[in-house]
Amino acid sequence: MKKALALVLLVFLFAVQVMNSYGIQRFPKPEFESGYVQPETLMPDPRAEVLAIMDIAVLLVSLSVVSWLVLKKRSRNGVFWMSLFSLAYFGFYREGCVCAIGSIQNVTLALFDTSYIIPLSALIFFVTPLVYTLFFGRTFCAGVCPFGAMQDLVAFRPQKLGSKLNAVLGVIPYLYLGLAVLYAATGTDFIICRYDPFVGIWRLNASFGMFVFAGILLILGIFIARPYCRFLCPYGVLLNWSSRFSRRHLTITPSDCIQCRLCENSCPYDAIDIPVTVKNPEDKRTMARKLIFIIILIPVLIFAGGWTGSRLYESLAGVNAKVQLAKQIVSPPKDSNQPETFEIQAFKSSGKQQSLAFAEASAMLGKFYLGGWLLGGFMGLVFGGLIAGLMITKHHTDYIPNKGTCFSCARCIDYCPVKMP
Amino acid sequence: MQNRRDFLNLLCRGTLLTGLAAASGVLVYRSVKGGQCKLGTSCNNCQKSDSCNLPEADLFRQTVWQLDPKKCIQCGRCAENCVMTPSAVKATHVYAMCGYCDLCGGYLKPDTKTISTAAENQLCPTSAIKRKFVEDPFYQYTIDEALCIGCAKCVKGCSAFGNGSLQLQVRHDRCKNCNQCSIARNCPSEAFSRVPANKPYLLQGIESKDENRG
Ligand code: SF4
Ligand code: SF4
Ligand code: SF4
Ligand code: SF4
Repeated sequence: MKKALALVLLVFLFAVQVMNSYGIQRFPKPEFESGYVQPETLMPDPRAEVLAIMDIAVLLVSLSVVSWLVLKKRSRNGVFWMSLFSLAYFGFYREGCVCAIGSIQNVTLALFDTSYIIPLSALIFFVTPLVYTLFFGRTFCAGVCPFGAMQDLVAFRPQKLGSKLNAVLGVIPYLYLGLAVLYAATGTDFIICRYDPFVGIWRLNASFGMFVFAGILLILGIFIARPYCRFLCPYGVLLNWSSRFSRRHLTITPSDCIQCRLCENSCPYDAIDIPVTVKNPEDKRTMARKLIFIIILIPVLIFAGGWTGSRLYESLAGVNAKVQLAKQIVSPPKDSNQPETFEIQAFKSSGKQQSLAFAEASAMLGKFYLGGWLLGGFMGLVFGGLIAGLMITKHHTDYIPNKGTCFSCARCIDYCPVKMP
Repeated sequence: MQNRRDFLNLLCRGTLLTGLAAASGVLVYRSVKGGQCKLGTSCNNCQKSDSCNLPEADLFRQTVWQLDPKKCIQCGRCAENCVMTPSAVKATHVYAMCGYCDLCGGYLKPDTKTISTAAENQLCPTSAIKRKFVEDPFYQYTIDEALCIGCAKCVKGCSAFGNGSLQLQVRHDRCKNCNQCSIARNCPSEAFSRVPANKPYLLQGIESKDENRG
């Protein structure tokens, strides 16, 4: 107790000592006699606010145009040119900011932290692509998202991955989404922006790590088309689920599928569901057994995932600044010759109470504990869905785009010999 | 069968749309409600909102990143962590606070014996501070922004030995206004925050840009 008191006192004294020195006019303002005029401190303006409205307008127009091109015109060429335009505008001109993928975090932060007021453009960039997808399928991915456009350009030699591998790798975006929401909701970091692959290329100023990441994605993208979209993009998860319930969606054939199989290999993204004709249709018994198994399995997986997540909460919280600060206060470096970390210096000069820093850190840990349960449970559910999806085969007779994973790029349309009736 | 599928689809679509509408409704409501001053007028209708100094008036605006010189401890990370090279953060000189000292704590290394403009005597690693004689005994110091890397060495010297007229600021002609500033998450003193785009600087000794414009 005594020791603690002494420590607090020490910290307090030190804090007073190094308190900020601004506002101290050590030297008086000079009085010039030579008629010298003080220059003005230059403060250049940021980008004008009206331009944010222009971004929104361009987004709405290009979404509408691409949807029209995909559903009415059925024109791959049109979609291609629109995607080039979007790459130029949202990519190279706007330098990847504001983007729909990153806006997930702005929306999450705004929902959890009432003091953060979301810029209107971020909200609109989050909502409109989802609404369009609910009506027309993922036309946003086809020709508006600059990330998609970038990868679409290099998809020269796409290979088939097989439905199992696609499904398993497809789990990664869910984890990415979950982590992004967790870190945004706790105000820790915006990890989607941090690990953005292409923004460095667009602003022609990438750190080495970012450059390597972009390079890997683009080279990989020659053989595995759109790797970021399929196996990383967290916004893609939301678009995927919106698209499954979309009112309309791109169709490969303008009228009836004649089973010519010409489109079978046309999709670079393995997004065409080939007909499933079952040899020996499963009887009701096995179906029921599978169903019961899944119904039991999913809650078990959710709980197991949640439990695992809650075990990991301390490592998840380890990157949070508040938690890090508290750790550094508790265990200063053994070697007393070592200089204090900047965090400790800043903490001392802020004059903040130690108890407050600890309270904040433990509140943060509490949030991460809950977040760990939720994130783990969510991942359990995703795994359950994956297993269920692999066990149950849906029967259908035609070649159809998978509403969830199809990017509505319209490539397959050109392969169908059936013409408009 | 087809009908039931369609109906389920409609139901799910409806649910998702309602969810989206509800979430954006909450966020829009919050910003509109938040943007109300004590007079009870909504900021979106207020004609004076551009010059309003209440924090409430800042809501519902575009924001930009800025660092608060009062909180900054001049750690030097601003030079290294910006997505731009060199950093969009630069030393900014508030002439109104400057003492025009001959022995400038921001210009010269603290242990120099002679006052000279020799590079080895200068604190700034890129010699971005230009010293110009005004009249006896005053010197004017100007930052060459093309050279400044935002390392905060001069700022530290000036705040320790001088008036604190040299301050770090995010320069908005260079800043990309990243969704999450990559310096902000590495700043040890939490000096970075989103500020309303119509008041984009937080300099000490200058109240706001509007005031400066007179
Ligand atoms: S999946 Fe994601 S990255 Fe790819 S086009 Fe769609 S939104 Fe963009
Ligand atoms: S439109 Fe056709 S080719 Fe393009 S992603 Fe969808 S199914 Fe594949
Ligand atoms: S990172 Fe923060 S404390 Fe360090 S120099 Fe920049 S503003 Fe100052
Ligand atoms: S917002 Fe981006 S460009 Fe601006 S200072 Fe921060 S990291 Fe640099």
